[in-house]
Amino acid sequence: MTPSLTLLALLGLTAVAFWVGRGRSLATVGGPRGIRDLHSLPGHYGMLTALWCAAPALLIATLWWMFQDQVLMGLVTSHLPADQRALPPGEFGLLVNDLRNVVAGNATLANVPAATAAAAAEYLQLRGTARLALAVLVLALGIIAIVVVRSRIRPDMRARNSVESAVRALLFLCSLLAVLTTLAILLSVLTEALRFFSKVPVTEFLFSTSWSPQMAIRADQVGAEGSFGAIPLFAGTLLISLMAMLISVPIGLMSAIYLAEYASRRLRKIVKPLLEVLAGVPTVVYGFFAATTLGPALRSLGENLGLEVASESALNAGLVMGVMIIPFVSSLADDMITAVPQSLRDGAYALGATRSETVRQVVLRAALPGIVGGVLLAVSRAIGETMIVVMAAGLAANLTANPLEAVTTVTVQIVTLLVGDQEFDSPKTLAAFALGLVLFIVTLALNAIALYVVRRYREQYE
Amino acid sequence: MNPISTRTPKETQLLVARSLRRRYRSEFTFRALGVLAVSLGVLAVFGLFGKIIADGASVFRQSYVTLEVNYDPAVIDPEGQRTPEALATADYQALIKAALREKFPGVEGRANLRELYQLVSSGSFLSLQRAVVADPRLIGTRTRLTMPADDSVDMFIKGQVDRNAPVAERRLTDQQVAWVDRLTAAGILKLQLNREFLGNGDSRDPEQAGVRGALLGSLLTLGLTLLLSFPIGVAAAIYLEEFSARNRFTDLIEININNLAAVPSIVFGLLGLAVFIGLFGMPRSAPLVGALVLTLLTLPTVIIASRSALKAVPPSIREAALGMGASQVQTVMHHVLPLALPGMLTGAIIGMARALGESAPLLMIGMVAFIVDVPKGLTDAATVLPVQVFLWSDLPERAFVARTSGAIIVLLVFLVVMNATAVYLRNRFEKRW
Repeated sequence: MTPSLTLLALLGLTAVAFWVGRGRSLATVGGPRGIRDLHSLPGHYGMLTALWCAAPALLIATLWWMFQDQVLMGLVTSHLPADQRALPPGEFGLLVNDLRNVVAGNATLANVPAATAAAAAEYLQLRGTARLALAVLVLALGIIAIVVVRSRIRPDMRARNSVESAVRALLFLCSLLAVLTTLAILLSVLTEALRFFSKVPVTEFLFSTSWSPQMAIRADQVGAEGSFGAIPLFAGTLLISLMAMLISVPIGLMSAIYLAEYASRRLRKIVKPLLEVLAGVPTVVYGFFAATTLGPALRSLGENLGLEVASESALNAGLVMGVMIIPFVSSLADDMITAVPQSLRDGAYALGATRSETVRQVVLRAALPGIVGGVLLAVSRAIGETMIVVMAAGLAANLTANPLEAVTTVTVQIVTLLVGDQEFDSPKTLAAFALGLVLFIVTLALNAIALYVVRRYREQYE
Repeated sequence: MNPISTRTPKETQLLVARSLRRRYRSEFTFRALGVLAVSLGVLAVFGLFGKIIADGASVFRQSYVTLEVNYDPAVIDPEGQRTPEALATADYQALIKAALREKFPGVEGRANLRELYQLVSSGSFLSLQRAVVADPRLIGTRTRLTMPADDSVDMFIKGQVDRNAPVAERRLTDQQVAWVDRLTAAGILKLQLNREFLGNGDSRDPEQAGVRGALLGSLLTLGLTLLLSFPIGVAAAIYLEEFSARNRFTDLIEININNLAAVPSIVFGLLGLAVFIGLFGMPRSAPLVGALVLTLLTLPTVIIASRSALKAVPPSIREAALGMGASQVQTVMHHVLPLALPGMLTGAIIGMARALGESAPLLMIGMVAFIVDVPKGLTDAATVLPVQVFLWSDLPERAFVARTSGAIIVLLVFLVVMNATAVYLRNRFEKRW
């Protein structure tokens, strides 16, 4: 029984449970005519039966599916010959990897050692048994639940109340998922980051200026020592984000002002969605544009002006990222500007101020906290943006403030460290999680501040 | 002494007129800056789309060569066994080469012949192989077959490389150009609808590479994402909006959701890598894991949209239902939810559109492998459209630039359709109370 087949069977059984419960409740009062003697609607009895049938079975199945691989792998590897179990962790990891490949059908039995092949066969056999056992268990639990609940149905059973508290509990669990996600992010990234910091000191990571995460494959390799000073990455991220902000804040803010204060209603109706299209374009598209169109164009422009422009310059990535963020800034600024009460404008006009004077000296000042909040949100988006910089920014960790040179960013390094073959234990892989932790904390802090500012501001005029 | 009183009325008038001129000038500048900003934004939209469409439109047509192929039994299956293995491993390339030699009987010598063979896509033999394996009766017959031309021929035909360019840049020798001209004049080589692009999986040959695998990967991933994130998001929104008491804990959940909405997507990828792959041992590169990550990623969007849809339902509906004796759960499920559903659906589609364009978290969980096969299930290795764009954009062949733009066009078409559906739903079902 494959997992999906088991699920399908359980679904069928749950439908049966519903009809059994519903029918039973009606039968206890002598058919539809006695329905007034029931405490709840017949459907509620059906749902109660269905719930008891599905919920415990699903819980068990989900738990098993979550940990099936760990349990089976543990069993299988403990049965391996002693000399293989005694292998150093690195080689043992390779063996487990081979095993997984055979199990997944990516490698044939002929290409691996006999012991691995036997282990893989054992894994498959165990998995088959486990799947069958699980299916039997799940269905048996369901049937038992149906029988038990059916025997307990009486006209005065408070089925609706039970069903409704179950529904509420379910709804609550769903809303809890958001908190759990945050916790899971924090825990998973934090544990890996802590493992990294046990190999590389935090102070080196945060304050050293040399980043070259290449670890030695052989002990005698040249440049074997990886160095993990993240300062160049932070500087590169800031440089590119600064470029992006220099583009997006003036353009976004000015277009928001123009559309909110000057433009006719018709123009606003056409242009506003047009600008928002920019926010809906996938970031790979921007990255592609930066890498294939803007990068070469900037380079040849630089050549004509006698400047040395790297083809993966910070300017290139920053410009395109700025364009991506324009709609973000403009729609937030637009919200803030339209939230300024008309009476403030009228007051300024009454004193003889021109439109631009009103905007600059009254509206913008009133909206300033909100706009600052919006810009902070935009900064956090720029810092976390990945695809544009992966495709358009460089890989070399240069510590420079010159936007014409290539720099690298935190997100680029996370991607390059984690894409491709990897082992979970090397500092190289773990470094990505440390970078992820920094990224998470910084963006979270920026968001928290921004949301706080925006909320305070909004309340001011409500 | 007060300075104003020393001015004559005439002087004051002049002063005001001058300052007014200055003020109107700055008014004009400010306004011009606004127009400039808006036009720059609009220019960016048209520039981006114009460039992509200009680059990508050519990919939907492709040069095909029509050759008469002889399914020679002596080449395919010299032993006459007709076993599946023999049929699958036969040298189908030789059949195409023979067909080309037949077309150009005058060509001799290894070097010349190699140049001749290069005209046809090197992956073409695969379609012959599939046809013969599917129907061994073909052996011994002659059929006219249309197969894609090589990418350098294709670019030449489409005029993307200059006829007079040096050979190294043109990637066709003078001899090959002459052959191409002859084939074109004979109507054997011509542009047709590009079947490979929409029907094939990935390939290292530009002329054989297609988006079908990525498209199906995207559909599988997004389908499961929608199945998971819509019900969960709606349930969470109902709880927060209809049932929860306002206390510290629900405040915490709310702040959490708002913050999650702004966490960089790559962090969700790290979570997926550490938890789903590292802890639970789920397969790498699988749509299943991709969908789980994207579910967590889109959940805040769906919850926020669903909550505002619930907020838009007037309290009188709830009061009426409660007044008729419905329980709170019945009120919400039977009366409030159906009214809020279109708004929720709109939010969900917008969330899905965001998920469709998302690639960074999927890179983390390994959906970046070079995968030729079209995925058949949720645990098969797969890739998605934006990641395919990323993969192709890295390849050196010039023909892949057009393919990348073509894949972007496909992606954008889907995004436009999804957003248009959302707007339609909103306009069709939005109620003003």
